[in-house]
Amino acid sequence: MSSPAEPRRPRWLRLEGPFVLGLPAILFLMLLFVGPVLRLMLMSVEGGSLAAYEKALTDGLYLRVFLDTFEIAAIVTVACALLGYPVAYVLTTLSRGWAALGFACIMIPMLTSVLVRTYAWMVLLGRSGIINRTLMDWGLTDRPLALMYNLPSVIVAMAHVLLPMFILPVYSVMVRVDRELLRAADGLGASGWQTFTRVYLPLTWPGVLAGATLVFIISLGFYITPALLGGGRIVMIANVIENQVQALLDWRFASALSVVLLVATLAVQAASNRVQAPRG
Amino acid sequence: MRPWLRRLLRGYALAVFALLLLPLLIIVPISFSSARYLQFPPPGWSLQWYRRYLDDPTWIEATFVSLRVASGATVLALVLGTAMAYSVVRGRYRGRVLVERLGSGPMIVPHIIIAIAIYGLFARLHLTSSEAGLILAHAVLAIPFVLAVMSAALRTVDPALEQAAMSLGVGRVGAIVRVTLPLVRPGLVSAAVLAFLSSFDEVVVALFLSGTTKTLPKQMFDNIQNEIDPTVAAVSVLQIALVLVALLIVSRFGQKTVPR
Repeated sequence: MSSPAEPRRPRWLRLEGPFVLGLPAILFLMLLFVGPVLRLMLMSVEGGSLAAYEKALTDGLYLRVFLDTFEIAAIVTVACALLGYPVAYVLTTLSRGWAALGFACIMIPMLTSVLVRTYAWMVLLGRSGIINRTLMDWGLTDRPLALMYNLPSVIVAMAHVLLPMFILPVYSVMVRVDRELLRAADGLGASGWQTFTRVYLPLTWPGVLAGATLVFIISLGFYITPALLGGGRIVMIANVIENQVQALLDWRFASALSVVLLVATLAVQAASNRVQAPRG
Repeated sequence: MRPWLRRLLRGYALAVFALLLLPLLIIVPISFSSARYLQFPPPGWSLQWYRRYLDDPTWIEATFVSLRVASGATVLALVLGTAMAYSVVRGRYRGRVLVERLGSGPMIVPHIIIAIAIYGLFARLHLTSSEAGLILAHAVLAIPFVLAVMSAALRTVDPALEQAAMSLGVGRVGAIVRVTLPLVRPGLVSAAVLAFLSSFDEVVVALFLSGTTKTLPKQMFDNIQNEIDPTVAAVSVLQIALVLVALLIVSRFGQKTVPR
């Protein structure tokens, strides 16, 4: 750091140089992100009344929506883990060319918009969608089945949308696992299953936790997929917030619901950080 | 590992890859269908849905709004996010962890909350229904991507190179412009592509802010809610093609994301 060739400048200026470069973004985000979100949160207690929270947390209707949202997020997270963990592992074993192909299979859907991917599921699952047409053509059913506008369709589409977000963090942990450790476990007489549960799974757990947290948190705030595939029957908290603002103009209640959603999101993130920390 | 287990796992992975890609692939034949409604397999082929997209001024206008908004948001987020990443990576000041949290905040806070928060502000500033408002809001959402990619890229640059340049008298800004930025050009390409796509695909903020200046995703969302006609399939195929182009650009000029 203190090489003699450094320019002669006051020490504080040299140290603060990088900080100054961060200032424009800090100001920008304060004005357009932190400020507006704080202002929104304050709206929930406008006039010093907690009535909006009382409604959000005691009205059975909204409590139900919160529980449904958590349930959907949990199922989607588990589905992503079951589908994604083995895939991430296989990716680490492939040769360079095959791995690149595998990554293309993950990156193309990941970068395609959520809207397009949700639309694709509507094309598949709709009343006159591909699956119903095929079933009817083969004479397996007379009338179209109700495959859309229900819980399974929302869960399937959300898992499809979020799966790449689970695979990537898990993969990035898996590639760093030292293969010698697995060979050592094998040499010490561990069975394949023991090597997996006692060595490989614990070593890759931080990746699973990171991926699962990401998927769970994004699921909690999901809007597009339930709005289109839920058909008004499957309602998540983001859909209620949108409706309160756009249709009912009830900003105070929307604000209270937003605070509850935000607190839940940050709590999940904090809990995940705490679990991860001691493992170092 | 036993060979049968290895084969089983590979088969499983293959099935998951198919599951990831098939829903997207299925849109392609639908978009070239000659039928007047969704039908599979298509009874014949035609370009009618692409023609309908190109002939409809609403769709074309929405496309240009999205292209302008995404370009503006990309430039804004790239400048602000890169400077912020430099600040976080090179800075030794207290509170830079806090700055990093601030920069990645828009990725963690649900977009619906950011959307109505900005909507509340912009409604008073008369910035709704304007491309400027959309650019500002989309830049907020894109900054975390730029920050993440550029922080990783900047960590690979040896600070000694910058110090050498500064010792030759170009100053910090000169060192960044002439030494650091050329070295992280692949990162800049990746960050720009991610920022552009994040804005070009964005629905939730546009739902509130776009008003009469509809973006392409907003137009698609409205169309899907009213009727599922294959015009959206044609637009979707064009979007997937854009993603493929973006991936090609990143693999050719971008940051190597696969650590091998």
